[in-house]
Amino acid sequence: MTKKIYTKEEWIKALAGLKSSYNIFVPVRDGDFHTFKALDEKKNPDFNFKNTRLSPKSLVYPQSERIFEYTLDEDDPDANILRESVKDYSPRAVVGIRPCDAHAFQIVKLNFDNPEYQDPWWIQRYESTTFVGLGCNAPDSTCFCTSVGGGPFSEKGLDAILYDLGDSFLVKALTDKGEIFIEKAQGGKEADETALKVGEDLAASAADKIEQKVSIDKLKDKVQTELFDAPFWNDVAFACINCGTCTYLCPTCWCFDIQDEVLGKQGDRIRNWDSCMFPLFTLHGSGHNPRARKVQRVRQRFMHKLKYYVDKYNNGVQCSGCGRCVRNCPANIDIREVCELMNG
Amino acid sequence: MLEYTKKIRETARKLFEEDKVDVFIGYKKGSVPMMNQPVLISNADQVDLLHWDSNCGLNLCNYLTKRTDRIGIVANGCNSRNIVTHITENQISRDQLYIVGIPCKGMIDHRAVQRAVKQKEILEIKEQGETFTVKGKDFEDTFNKKDYLQRNCLVCTHRNPVIFDEMVAPPVEEQIEVDAYKDVKQIEGMDPEKKWNFFTRMIDKCIRCYACRNACPLCYCPTCFVDESNPQWVGKSSDPIDTMTFHILRAYHCAGRCTDCGACERVCPVGIPMRQFTKKLNKDAQELFSWEAGLTPDQRPLLDVFRPDDYNDFIR
Ligand code: SF4
Ligand code: SF4
Ligand code: SF4
Ligand code: SF4
Ligand code: SF4
Repeated sequence: MTKKIYTKEEWIKALAGLKSSYNIFVPVRDGDFHTFKALDEKKNPDFNFKNTRLSPKSLVYPQSERIFEYTLDEDDPDANILRESVKDYSPRAVVGIRPCDAHAFQIVKLNFDNPEYQDPWWIQRYESTTFVGLGCNAPDSTCFCTSVGGGPFSEKGLDAILYDLGDSFLVKALTDKGEIFIEKAQGGKEADETALKVGEDLAASAADKIEQKVSIDKLKDKVQTELFDAPFWNDVAFACINCGTCTYLCPTCWCFDIQDEVLGKQGDRIRNWDSCMFPLFTLHGSGHNPRARKVQRVRQRFMHKLKYYVDKYNNGVQCSGCGRCVRNCPANIDIREVCELMNG
Repeated sequence: MLEYTKKIRETARKLFEEDKVDVFIGYKKGSVPMMNQPVLISNADQVDLLHWDSNCGLNLCNYLTKRTDRIGIVANGCNSRNIVTHITENQISRDQLYIVGIPCKGMIDHRAVQRAVKQKEILEIKEQGETFTVKGKDFEDTFNKKDYLQRNCLVCTHRNPVIFDEMVAPPVEEQIEVDAYKDVKQIEGMDPEKKWNFFTRMIDKCIRCYACRNACPLCYCPTCFVDESNPQWVGKSSDPIDTMTFHILRAYHCAGRCTDCGACERVCPVGIPMRQFTKKLNKDAQELFSWEAGLTPDQRPLLDVFRPDDYNDFIR
């Protein structure tokens, strides 16, 4: 697989050149935080960032997506027939995605693409995307990727990976998709042994910098019903305000709701993110709500991520350790602490 | 701050020992800097969890709604005014409460501090009265607290609790001659199109997570209008019109009730200054009806009174 080195200016130029082949998404600074945006002339990509406030999951799985359209006009021969909305699946590349967020797509894939169910929209957009990661030289104290099967230079879910060597980027292709991407990226030169060694050392020292260790080893052997009835849920849930921050920011939360919106005779069927933290999430047509109380909803979030997923897919936990929920929960509900309680 | 913490713990212990409360609601120190966690304790052995500093910005009144037990609770100026509002709106009764009053010196604006250290990761924050020090891996900075107060605290004129059973310290001096509505006046001066653009830009990052709504103690409806589906008042997608509808309606539901505690603004994951909506209504309430929310439980809420001798012509 190709390994090349680009000065930072060369890399930005190469990306601009790639715009004819891909829709390129890069981290840009937007006020107090970073966010992934389509590369354009107005905003410079900023690879000098910790991680984006919102995860890049929306690039594959938008917060609101029109999936079908229909007309209610009885004079139209197509009246009341759902037609799939036109969607754009042209090739795109997410450049600068952190390894935890790339790993998150792998965690989520088991839900959207498995032998039983295939979500056509998620799959097509996922498959049309090339993920070019950026290893983390300086992980935050709230990052715990190494506890959940990832790492600051983990290659899981990546097609290529960038190493920030100061003035230059070392880029390594990891899959055929990544190989094609780098082939098309103008400039740069073959990486020599010294550059590769510097990259390796960076990766090794970054992993050492992650002090956070969260134990997940015993989750699998716990009895579901016992964890469900564990004595700590009331204490865990007390401060929670049941907002959508943790689940909307999370790269591994996948829940959605489907709504019809009609204007005149024109109807749209829209899929919107939803969250198990909202009471409406489980409200039945009958008016009954099996998770009417806050403590039930908080328990659901953690049980889903740290037990049901573990049991169902045998693929670790439904969390990539990105730390977003830890940093941004307004009530300081800390998944690392809850995980220790559940694993204890 | 240390003295406050000590006094809160002592008081809570005494309340449990004298069997005056069943539970006590306060804050505990958070697992990440500048993020303290509301906590409920139910016996004297847990009092050492209680903590107070300038990062207690979530409004504890939120946790009182419809409780049926006897509750001890810490309350600074704005939180105490929300407790008053809760009492007048029948969400809790005064006899259930033992209010431990906190003369408040304002909350630190965590975003402003992050900005000041150029978004580098803060690992520790320590307060020394008028100043505080933040530490990270390769930096240490000391700031004056008054330059980093939450925007609502900068213009707060009720730092001392308006209702309490006991105070942890003598009252602090109230801020006088603050121009609380400078920003609102600026917006009022815009023409409608400019105003619309201003508000549209202001909320364009909103992800409809409803943290602002849920952090607000005024929002206790069993089913919020945004969650109604029959009829459905507002769409659920990220369409900007629906987002605007949510924000404007939410603000109107707080008219005459908002104490400008700033919890909404504090919790927003994308930093939207949605107090610009509620502040306009607070200003109207003050200018048109000489009303400030939650000052005394003896007054009915602004929007449920009618006085035949009202000084406004239009209402008679
Ligand atoms: S855990 Fe935190 S972020 Fe999640 S719903 Fe509760 S308060 Fe909001
Ligand atoms: S649960 Fe929290 S730490 Fe884990 S992936 Fe989601 S946001 Fe990141
Ligand atoms: S934690 Fe909640 S919102 Fe996230 S995927 Fe699980 S059920 Fe859905
Ligand atoms: S608004 Fe006033 S009482 Fe409330 S936290 Fe700020 S300074 Fe304290
Ligand atoms: S907290 Fe912020 S992002 Fe969430 S709904 Fe309110 S304004 Fe929108």
